[in-house]
Amino acid sequence: MRFWNAYVLARSIEEALDILSHTPGPALPVAGGTDLLLEIQQGEHEPVHTLVDITHIPELKRLEQTEDHLFIGAAVPVSRIAESPLVRFHALAVAEACGQIGGPQVRNSATLGGNVAHALPAADGMIALLALDARAEVASLEGRRLEPMENLFKGPGQTALDLRREILVGFHVPLRRSHQASAFGRVMRPQGVALPILNTAVWLERHGEVIGDVRVAIGPSGPVPRRANAVEAVFRGRPCNEETFAAARQAIRDSIRFRSSPLRASAEYRYHLSGILLEEVVIKAWQRTLEPSVVEAV
Amino acid sequence: MSERLHLWVNGQEVDLPVVPGEMLSDLLRYRLGLTGTKIGCNEMECGACTVLVDGEPILSCSYPAVRAQGKHVLTIEGLSKAVEETAKASTEESLHPLQEAFIKYGALQCGFCTPGQIMTSYALLLRNPEPSDEDIKTALKDTLCRCGAYPAILQAIKAAAKAMRTGSPVEPPAIPPASKPGKYVGKVHPRPDAVAKVTGRAKYTDDLQFEGMLHARVKRAMVPSAIVTRIDVSKARALPGVVAVLTAEDIPGEHNHGLVIYDWPILVGVGERVRYVGDALALVAAETREIATQALDLIEVEFEPLPVVSDPVQAAQPDAPKIHPNGNLLKHIKVRKGDVAQGFAEADVILEHTFYTPMHDHAFLEPECSIARPTPDGRMEVYVGSQIPYADRQQIARALGWPETRVHVIGQLMGGGFGGKEDIAGQIHAALLAHATGRPVKLLYDRHESLIAHPKRHATQIRVKVGAKSDGRLTAVETELYGDTGAYASLGEKVMTRATTHSSGPYEVPHVKADCYAMYTNNPPAGAFRGFGVMQSAFAIESIMDMLAERLGMDPVELRRKNALRVGSVTNTGQVLRQSVGLLECIEKVEAEMRRLGGPNPFEPKAVPGAPHLRRAWGFAVGYKNTGLGGGAPDKAGAEVELRRDGTFQVRTSSAELGQGLPTVLQLIAAEELNQSPRRIEVLLMDTDLTPDGGPTTASRQTFVTGNAVRYAARALKELLTSELSERYDVPPEQVRFVEGLAQINGRTLTLQQVAEEMMASGRPPVTSYTYWAPATRPLGEGGDMHFAFSFAAQAAEVEVNTLTGEVKVLRMIIANDVGYAINPLGLRGQIEGGAIMGIGHTLTENFILKDGHVVTDRLARYRTPSIVHTPEIISFVVEHPVAEGPYGAKGVGEIVLIPTPPAITNAIYNAVGVRVDRLPVDQEMICKALNNC
Ligand SMILES: Cc1cc2nc3c(=O)[nH]c(=O)nc-3n(C[C@H](O)[C@H](O)[C@H](O)COP(=O)(O)OP(=O)(O)OC[C@H]3O[C@@H](n4cnc5c(N)ncnc54)[C@H](O)[C@@H]3O)c2cc1C
Ligand code: FES
Ligand code: FES
Repeated sequence: MRFWNAYVLARSIEEALDILSHTPGPALPVAGGTDLLLEIQQGEHEPVHTLVDITHIPELKRLEQTEDHLFIGAAVPVSRIAESPLVRFHALAVAEACGQIGGPQVRNSATLGGNVAHALPAADGMIALLALDARAEVASLEGRRLEPMENLFKGPGQTALDLRREILVGFHVPLRRSHQASAFGRVMRPQGVALPILNTAVWLERHGEVIGDVRVAIGPSGPVPRRANAVEAVFRGRPCNEETFAAARQAIRDSIRFRSSPLRASAEYRYHLSGILLEEVVIKAWQRTLEPSVVEAV
Repeated sequence: MSERLHLWVNGQEVDLPVVPGEMLSDLLRYRLGLTGTKIGCNEMECGACTVLVDGEPILSCSYPAVRAQGKHVLTIEGLSKAVEETAKASTEESLHPLQEAFIKYGALQCGFCTPGQIMTSYALLLRNPEPSDEDIKTALKDTLCRCGAYPAILQAIKAAAKAMRTGSPVEPPAIPPASKPGKYVGKVHPRPDAVAKVTGRAKYTDDLQFEGMLHARVKRAMVPSAIVTRIDVSKARALPGVVAVLTAEDIPGEHNHGLVIYDWPILVGVGERVRYVGDALALVAAETREIATQALDLIEVEFEPLPVVSDPVQAAQPDAPKIHPNGNLLKHIKVRKGDVAQGFAEADVILEHTFYTPMHDHAFLEPECSIARPTPDGRMEVYVGSQIPYADRQQIARALGWPETRVHVIGQLMGGGFGGKEDIAGQIHAALLAHATGRPVKLLYDRHESLIAHPKRHATQIRVKVGAKSDGRLTAVETELYGDTGAYASLGEKVMTRATTHSSGPYEVPHVKADCYAMYTNNPPAGAFRGFGVMQSAFAIESIMDMLAERLGMDPVELRRKNALRVGSVTNTGQVLRQSVGLLECIEKVEAEMRRLGGPNPFEPKAVPGAPHLRRAWGFAVGYKNTGLGGGAPDKAGAEVELRRDGTFQVRTSSAELGQGLPTVLQLIAAEELNQSPRRIEVLLMDTDLTPDGGPTTASRQTFVTGNAVRYAARALKELLTSELSERYDVPPEQVRFVEGLAQINGRTLTLQQVAEEMMASGRPPVTSYTYWAPATRPLGEGGDMHFAFSFAAQAAEVEVNTLTGEVKVLRMIIANDVGYAINPLGLRGQIEGGAIMGIGHTLTENFILKDGHVVTDRLARYRTPSIVHTPEIISFVVEHPVAEGPYGAKGVGEIVLIPTPPAITNAIYNAVGVRVDRLPVDQEMICKALNNC
């Protein structure tokens, strides 16, 4: 089937941006294609004339630690991220989330760049990046910039990036310091779409017996992914105990508008699950804060 | 931009022009002819298309071919080749240990998923030479097997890994033989088609190519209820590359098809009525599939919408819109025994509850495909994987207005059927287009079309009322069933009859009243599906039996034992069971094992140490299922057995192999009767020119009916050979004996080649045919034997329920099936485990959802079948209470295996957390809400 007319393997960011912005017909970047090609194959996407495959661009395939951050290339297959000792050390939530996307075959193609640019409110990798306070490196014809994750979304399934002139290069994740840790969890249902009913990622810092700084992301919690600020506020400076969790559950009820999605879950079920999942993930991260944290340990 | 594509496939360099839009699977299958890579969904869900690119498994159906530029691709064809190259001159084909292990362990049935399973496992073993069960489950999570061969796949991978680590041969599985094995029957033998299936050489319909072949697509209504007011195909006809566009007026013969009632339009014409979304309006044949697809969009159709009837209870209302001229009632089915009023009056306890089951899709991994090819002598060949080749022939001929003998149906390997390949799918459409164009035409459904178009399992609403004495003896059972038979009759009446007659369970009940209303609706038609209505009614009756046990304060096993059918019992249709009722033994076997594993109180909830939110418990259920058509339908099959010039035998019958293992069964039976090893026996199936009518492959009947036909045909051949040789050499027949490859005649030895030559030379070809008529049965309502045999089963399931989230897992299953006699123990194990896994799917993952006649679950991503991660540990017992008339005592196997599974699981859920599931599939949100008040 002629799903596209031209499929270009771009060798550099410049080449990719050049083709994207200068081809006459509709053009889009493609990474693993596990979202995009599927939609095109099923006739659920407007016609695309040119696909610019970015998975052969060396810079987008980098996965490395720099002075002050971990860099995860936008086109690194999530299977590699899930198994990477670097990611598992600095951003375990991201590795855990990536390890749960699809099956092994899908994970060998799927990328974090695609997971984020697809902009679904409960994409697993994206939710984990959000909690880790990652910054997205965006390349455009004008140059490079770093964007906070929250700035990348316009609506459900709508990225704020202009994919005719911008691509994601990768994600900068802050390095893990002592007494910091992250965790990810989700609840699925066995019937229907492969998307989770609910997922949650948490990053936190331990100050003795209380939680210090903390970041929480819960999906799907609205049209665009965002951090659960009110929930975070509850945890700050509090011990990791039932009283805190009760307050956090209340904060979820007060601050998050879950929706009922007909074949997946009702809003009430999500409220119920979100408290359970949050507790599970926070406890997991809390326990991890005591694990060895010297960067050189990797 | 590179105009050429350059890559390595199985070690060979390939250089080809780039084709825009091409996926790697298309390149492999259609440009390189490597058809071992299968397409089950084309949507990244099933894993059948898995190949390795630079050592990593990927899904070739959605992997652009150009992305493989410069890379190394390994397909199933390359796996055995890689071994061949290293193996030294050996006469046996050199297989990879994985391929060998898959064969030995029976890790394949229909074989359609097998290349994907093997490639995925191969990638796993590359990285992990000693995988644990968990590792295997993680790696194969999304490589689906609808036949449910997962337990065998898991063991095969471990055995292969061990063989690879140690360099020793693949260890055989531990599978017990039949209780009284013969020389060949009752012992473990691999499938005759196994090597072809594990090497990717096995050809399914879509793997065939013909010179000048056109590609067809079907314009479907996509509205559930309407009158067609206009169809304009002129733009589609004008599209370059389109060769024919047909509408109803172009059908030369009869306009309707159907297996029992001709009520299903081949094409709905202008002024005619659309009754479901899958109704066909026009057919296109074009030079490529892509052009045919484009042409569909150019066909203009207008409708006058009509109200939609979307459920069977609504359909039964007096004011419901009429879907067929005679109204919406396909059939009111009644079972009467004794007087239920009296039975309830005698009862100490009366319980009543209503249960619901949804439609299910067969989701056989191979979507429907037919190829029709006009032949120079004016006939039509149709290549198709079909469960009833002779019915296809008849229906195709009818549509063409031809005598049946002008149509030649050549059955192909089937990638699963489960009842879903009994009705006509594309066969007639392909033949009409081939007739119109004079060229071969392939009509392949994609998964989306398959989900929308073909008949499903009946959705049901079943109200059950039971009465019992305080000691547990049942006094009366009353049931009322509504079955959603969808837009057309298909086998609806027969399915719902089975649902009704089995609705009081495998119990002796003095007073029974059952009423079933099989209703037409505007949903996709419902027809045959493994379990044939009995899966639904077993869920209802087996659930209420547990409710009754609780009310009576009785052990659920004890309650069943007390009422179980046994020899001498009278069924609810008035049949006296004279033999082969192994239900009590099944119950005992499962109960003993359950109490061994689960302790004296297996039905009591147990908390999991360290995880107080998890609760475990066991649940129990039983079931029975008729073998054969029954109800007075003549049930016969023909078979031929021939000794060929080369000294081997050929067994021929048109019965269908869907993956269930019929060829092995027939091969073993012929081997046993002829005293020749199975290697010397080839089985040819499903060809309406070459093989006699074996009847439909349905109702678990083939082992019994066709098995007997082959058995008697083989005996007749042996007698023919004996009498011929005794006459020719003038010795008494007792002195003629047959041993492997030889005939021994009073001291003289002839090879079977010589015997064949001599007989042919003397004008007495060594071939016999036999038509076996199963014991006569009586229609429902007349009493007597409605069926000539029943299979029985008991199952226990251990579940774990997460009380915080409502999530349910099946941890272990214990299964006992009375199958009469285990002719083919390896295949039997596959059927038993596969059935249980399908049962788990029906309970936990599968839900065919409709909204006002529109299919919501129109992709495999939405209709989820169980994967290896849902596979529990399965402990299986084979119980053998022979049927005198069955071959070696055997009766049906294919369906009984899944019937008790859903209630065993839901009963276990109740035992674990006290929530009664009365609606399938299990809804974790419902359980959660019941437990947490949220
Ligand atoms: C069977 C299956 C199961 C799945 N399960 C899960 C799951 O459990 N959890 C989950 O979160 N997701 C799941 N997914 C969805 C999907 O795999 C992920 O969202 C994946 O991460 C997308 O990455 P990709 O590289 O395949 O994206 P693509 O499909 O290539 O691209 C997606 C979108 O992103 C754009 N894009 C891609 N890369 C870039 C870039 N570098 N810069 C700018 N734009 C870009 C594309 O133009 C497109 O619009 C599943 C998919 C399948 C098929
Ligand atoms: S055919 Fe590729 S995943 Fe199903
Ligand atoms: S053998 Fe796996 S789908 Fe049939």
